[in-house]
Amino acid sequence: MSKNNKIKKVLVIGSGPIIIGQAAEFDYAGTQACRELKKEGIEVILINSNPATIMTDKNMADKIYIEPLTVETVKKVIKKERPDSILPNLGGQTGLNLAMELAECGFLDEYNVRLLGTGREGIKNAEDRQSFKDMMESINEPCIASKVVNNVEDAVEFANKIGLPVIVRPAYTLGGTGGGIAYSIEELEEICGSGLRLSRVHQVLIEKCIAGWKEIEYEVMRDSKGTCITICNMENIDPVGVHTGDSIVVAPSQTLSDKEYQMLRTSAIKIISALKIEGGCNVQFALNPNSFEYAVIEVNPRVSRSSALASKATGYPIAKVATKIAIGYTLDEIINQVTGKTYACFEPVLDYVVVKIPKWPFKKFLTASRDLGTQMKATGEVMAIAPNLEMGIMKAVRSLEENLDSLIIPKFKEYTDEEIELKLAKVDNERFFTIAEALRRGFSMDHIHEVTTVDKFFIGIAAKIVRMEKELTENKLTVELLTRAKKYGFTDKVIAKLNGITEKEVHDLRKENDIVASYKMVDTCSAEFEAQTPYYYSSYDDDNEAEDSKNKKKVMVLGSGPIRIGQGIEFDYCSVHGVWALKKQGYETIIVNNNPETVSTDFDIADKLYFEPLTPEDVESIVDVEKPYGAIVQFGGQTAIKLTKALSDMGVKILGTAEVDMDRAEDREEFDKALTNCGILRPKGDTIYTVEEAKEVANRLGYPVLVRPSYVLGGQGMAIAYDDKEIEEYVNEINTIEQEHPILVDKYVMGREVEVDAICDGTDILIPGIMEHLERAGVHSGDSISVYPTQNVELEQEKQIIEYTEKIAKELNVIGILNIQFIISEGKVYIIEVNPRSSRTVPYISKVTNLPMIEIATNVILGQKLKDMPYGTGLYKKSDYICVKMPVFSFEKIKNADTSLGPEMKSTGEVLGVSKKYHEAVLKAFIASGANVSTSGNILITVRDKDKPEMLQVAKKFDKKGFKIYATKGTAEYLKENGIQAKIVEKIWEGKDSILDLIQSGKLNFVINTPTKGKQSGRDGFKIRRMAVECKIPCFTSLDTVNALYKAIEKETKEEDLAVVDITKI
Amino acid sequence: MKGYLVLENGQIFEGEKIGSDKETVCEVVFNTGMAGYIETFTDPSYAGQGIVMTYPLIGNYGIIKEDLESTRIWAKAVFVHELAEYESNFRTEGPLEDFLKQNDIPGLKNVNTRKLTKILRDSGTMKGFITTDISNLARIHGEIEKYKVGKVVEEVTCKKVEKYNETAKKQVALMDYGYKKNILKSLLKRNVGVTVYPATTTAEEVLKSNPDGIMLSNGPGDPEDCEFQIENVKKLYDSNVPIFGICLGHQLMGLATGAKTAKLKYGHRGPNHPVKDLETRRVYVTSQNHGYYILDTSINPEIAEVSHINLNDRTVEGLKYKNKNIFTVQFHPEACPGPEDTAYLFDKFIEMI
Repeated sequence: MSKNNKIKKVLVIGSGPIIIGQAAEFDYAGTQACRELKKEGIEVILINSNPATIMTDKNMADKIYIEPLTVETVKKVIKKERPDSILPNLGGQTGLNLAMELAECGFLDEYNVRLLGTGREGIKNAEDRQSFKDMMESINEPCIASKVVNNVEDAVEFANKIGLPVIVRPAYTLGGTGGGIAYSIEELEEICGSGLRLSRVHQVLIEKCIAGWKEIEYEVMRDSKGTCITICNMENIDPVGVHTGDSIVVAPSQTLSDKEYQMLRTSAIKIISALKIEGGCNVQFALNPNSFEYAVIEVNPRVSRSSALASKATGYPIAKVATKIAIGYTLDEIINQVTGKTYACFEPVLDYVVVKIPKWPFKKFLTASRDLGTQMKATGEVMAIAPNLEMGIMKAVRSLEENLDSLIIPKFKEYTDEEIELKLAKVDNERFFTIAEALRRGFSMDHIHEVTTVDKFFIGIAAKIVRMEKELTENKLTVELLTRAKKYGFTDKVIAKLNGITEKEVHDLRKENDIVASYKMVDTCSAEFEAQTPYYYSSYDDDNEAEDSKNKKKVMVLGSGPIRIGQGIEFDYCSVHGVWALKKQGYETIIVNNNPETVSTDFDIADKLYFEPLTPEDVESIVDVEKPYGAIVQFGGQTAIKLTKALSDMGVKILGTAEVDMDRAEDREEFDKALTNCGILRPKGDTIYTVEEAKEVANRLGYPVLVRPSYVLGGQGMAIAYDDKEIEEYVNEINTIEQEHPILVDKYVMGREVEVDAICDGTDILIPGIMEHLERAGVHSGDSISVYPTQNVELEQEKQIIEYTEKIAKELNVIGILNIQFIISEGKVYIIEVNPRSSRTVPYISKVTNLPMIEIATNVILGQKLKDMPYGTGLYKKSDYICVKMPVFSFEKIKNADTSLGPEMKSTGEVLGVSKKYHEAVLKAFIASGANVSTSGNILITVRDKDKPEMLQVAKKFDKKGFKIYATKGTAEYLKENGIQAKIVEKIWEGKDSILDLIQSGKLNFVINTPTKGKQSGRDGFKIRRMAVECKIPCFTSLDTVNALYKAIEKETKEEDLAVVDITKI
Repeated sequence: MKGYLVLENGQIFEGEKIGSDKETVCEVVFNTGMAGYIETFTDPSYAGQGIVMTYPLIGNYGIIKEDLESTRIWAKAVFVHELAEYESNFRTEGPLEDFLKQNDIPGLKNVNTRKLTKILRDSGTMKGFITTDISNLARIHGEIEKYKVGKVVEEVTCKKVEKYNETAKKQVALMDYGYKKNILKSLLKRNVGVTVYPATTTAEEVLKSNPDGIMLSNGPGDPEDCEFQIENVKKLYDSNVPIFGICLGHQLMGLATGAKTAKLKYGHRGPNHPVKDLETRRVYVTSQNHGYYILDTSINPEIAEVSHINLNDRTVEGLKYKNKNIFTVQFHPEACPGPEDTAYLFDKFIEMI
């Protein structure tokens, strides 16, 4: 069989906002799918609510709908566009669920839309717990003893039968949301209750706990003719019990003999054959470490995070091939792009190892539990490729950007042996580091294995790293020792620290003896065939395969590393567009990045891809080989910006805004000077290092003040302090990490926040649009609802914003892109921040204004002038459409994370609502973000005293609409005094019918809770917010957000009445 | 101790000596399997050869005796990037290096195996010498020049007839040119009796026992060197007993019926070779280990037709003999190591007899 020529118009469903469990990997998969379909001459219709993605770019699809991913909206798109087919298996669980719902309700049949790839039956058999179990039984594949239940009583009964502990897995949820291991009946009742609530079908699986077994995954592909191949297998260093997304994973498996390897491979193939998968599929196994006993844990009948990892680990483009299979090709008809000669129908073999380590958001959520279990908590991940595991682990650790460059966590030194013993037994994000510390203290490998159940092979790897640390500490650094240390992945800095010499001495010794990194190609075939793909990783073996092309027009683009809160997929969008723009101008491009989920690390984006940590030493090694003409750092977020000085020092020309000018934007004094030169206001402030200095400054400025470290993204460590005690708390917190730069303390100015992304060529500026934040200053811009064009900014102030943008851009000699945050307070315009780099709003503003910002910026960086381009200068013409960008959070995934909004960013992703009418755009954004937008119902209000007058105005509006209001006594009385009836609910400590019960009852539409100060998690407000999150009830902590919601529902517009907008036409 | 691999072309690879202390000369080939080093090292088809493992971590699960594909390591030397220091598996019986020593097989670790593989890929399989002393290169090159893999089949084959499951209804004669244990196991698992014959057995003697089917095993070396075996396979061909041939067995049947074999530049050795069944059009991932192949142009269409091809280089992977119950494959349906996807061929054979 070959391509099905009846397929002419395909609807691709994306995966929506980035949330924990569903990140950039689906932009990577979706982008590959769209490009592949277009290459085949198929018309592509795309729907995705996430504007930060590359797949929603104009050149990716023929029609693009940035609309809510709901059945209702997808139906509208289908009715309007009449695609003949739908591609359901590349948009994560979201895309798959939507397609299934549309199929089940008969809509697809009615509109003659065929489901490409795996059939409905196959998807159902893989997704539905009971059907899956039945199917596995019918083909004699072992599952874990389990039972599907719809209520807690049945769960308890079954648990009593099979014995505790048991694992609770809700059906149809992402990343195992709401699941967990229950060791007691009480725990079971709790986990099962929340699991049932979260499940789309109100169904959970109770299963025998096999924690401690090996967790092994296979990535498998199958075509319509039944040919099956496995792309890769992977072994989790963390045994069963930790979600695979939260596990350290290595590829290929390390501790399996061929007998075990083949046993599981055969099983995986048997399973996908039974499910009749057409495309990619992921099969997870648990393998008893003491026998050949195994069990199938789960099957994902679609591309997944693991398949993105497998693609990057092997060089095999799974999503691309899955797309080709979906449109009818068979594996033996698809060429292996890497070799250009062989076919996609083969199994990659590696001659290196791959290590993945998750990136967790715990630094953002100080109150959150860092324990790992079946609920995934990581926002992103890094991958490292190396010839051995020691180097792989060391590279991955430093790619994490967690201020760690080895397995040494400094604070561990202070722990007693007993504390280490206790920590060893804890399954948390630092477990591998704890194992290393235990080894340092002489704990035996057997004992560590017993406590952690981590396979001794991996403990052995940690032992080898620890032995090297010791050797480096105790011996003079000889060339021989240095060579071995480099082969273990130790950086010069770590070697220097351990050896008690300077980094420069290590560096010099290395260079003198020609101990330099050499690059190997990822070729899918262990060098059996000559490969054509310029995809490299470093090693300290000889024989460098990455030759300098001697091209004078060669530019390096630095990527943005792992997805984390504050630095998401937007920066990958910018890096990729930077590369494309450079290519268009005839430049050879090199990209350096370490995130396996992204488009930028796809081997056919840049001319050369280096899959490496983004540290000065790793980048220098690449520079030594490639000798690029220059580097662009302004697209890769703070990760790339942090490398500016190092690049400059190694003689690489920083293209665009110069290093010294970037510093001027960050350096407090220099920045003040720059603003003064321009006559621009900014909130008063100062720089400090110590608590005492901070208090002095705060009292001088007058509370409240804003405290934050320099050079951070996403407001990490940023807080508003209202008194000395808080200043103390926050400054100490910031100082737990050694600060290279001073801490900033500013007067907090309350007002309207406005944001601008602009391009400056040294003479002129271009502003695509001005964005306004609905939440007042104090809520991080990334967590605010942002509206373009502005709705509440006076013409006078708009003029001032344009003028200030031009002045400061020129003052700072910006060449390329910049982002400015303004506050308008009492009619005055202040600048609070200038970032001489791309920002998270660039993708969305580019899309809605139709200005290819990164391309323009790149051309400017290369020396072109805005005047010579067709876009004009100054503020670009306003769109007829109003676009509302709304943040999306993943609070339910992170137990005990505080959900209140503040200066530190907490959202993981975003959605966009587009309409000609403001209220419709807001409504769309709320729907897309998953909020309840019903126009009547019950709400709960509990606010701090100073918010009461403002709250009254909000309450009045909802009261008038007919909402029933619940409030705590004080608030209720205040409302009553002002003529609004509210039902009183008891405070938490007051008794039975407390607020928590009310929230749990499920009758609330949403909760309004403005947080009282402090980050104490013991407070009632915290409990209320957490309970709301657990019960999936929206909880708003800013009255501005509530006002926006009111705007959305005020006119009672229904979702079905909202017209869908093709953004390629605006 | 430092050790060296001196290649025929003069290139020298440095590593650290493992296993036996002895020097040896061999034909250097590479294998791309990521698991299955035990099965690979003990596969008799590697007799006379030194194996470069392209996967960089070898020995992770130590030595597991029940996974041996024969009684011993037949490869003459092994070359690895890294030898595991801490092996781990519930069945492990100790470090891999102990097993190398027990078998008196020398090897090198810390070798840049990728670089070595690229050389073998680009220049083709070549001979090499493993030693700790490179002071006299002339001596070494003399040894290399003299070396020929030669008639290794007779070295690896069993010395006397072995019988298994004699009471079974169907009896298969397994011609041992260096069979892998899993061929025997795959047959026994299907409830047939098996008599293993040394490669030096004449066709007449084999046929005397009236076998229901004949299995021609895999084995080492250049098939054209097996004059005796070719002659006897021809007689087996004429006998009308159903025959299934694997690897060398496949080549011998080809040669016996007039086809020609040739040497591949660097062979097919690994667990990931796609083979297309021309009848079903389906592709199977197969385990392979061969340096020679049957030239498709030499096949007489009156006698046989190509049933399987290699998807990568389009070489012949299987033949179906006309008007005979005979089929042969170049790959290894018995796997071990490698994918089990083509094990159904044993079923097909059993059905045929």
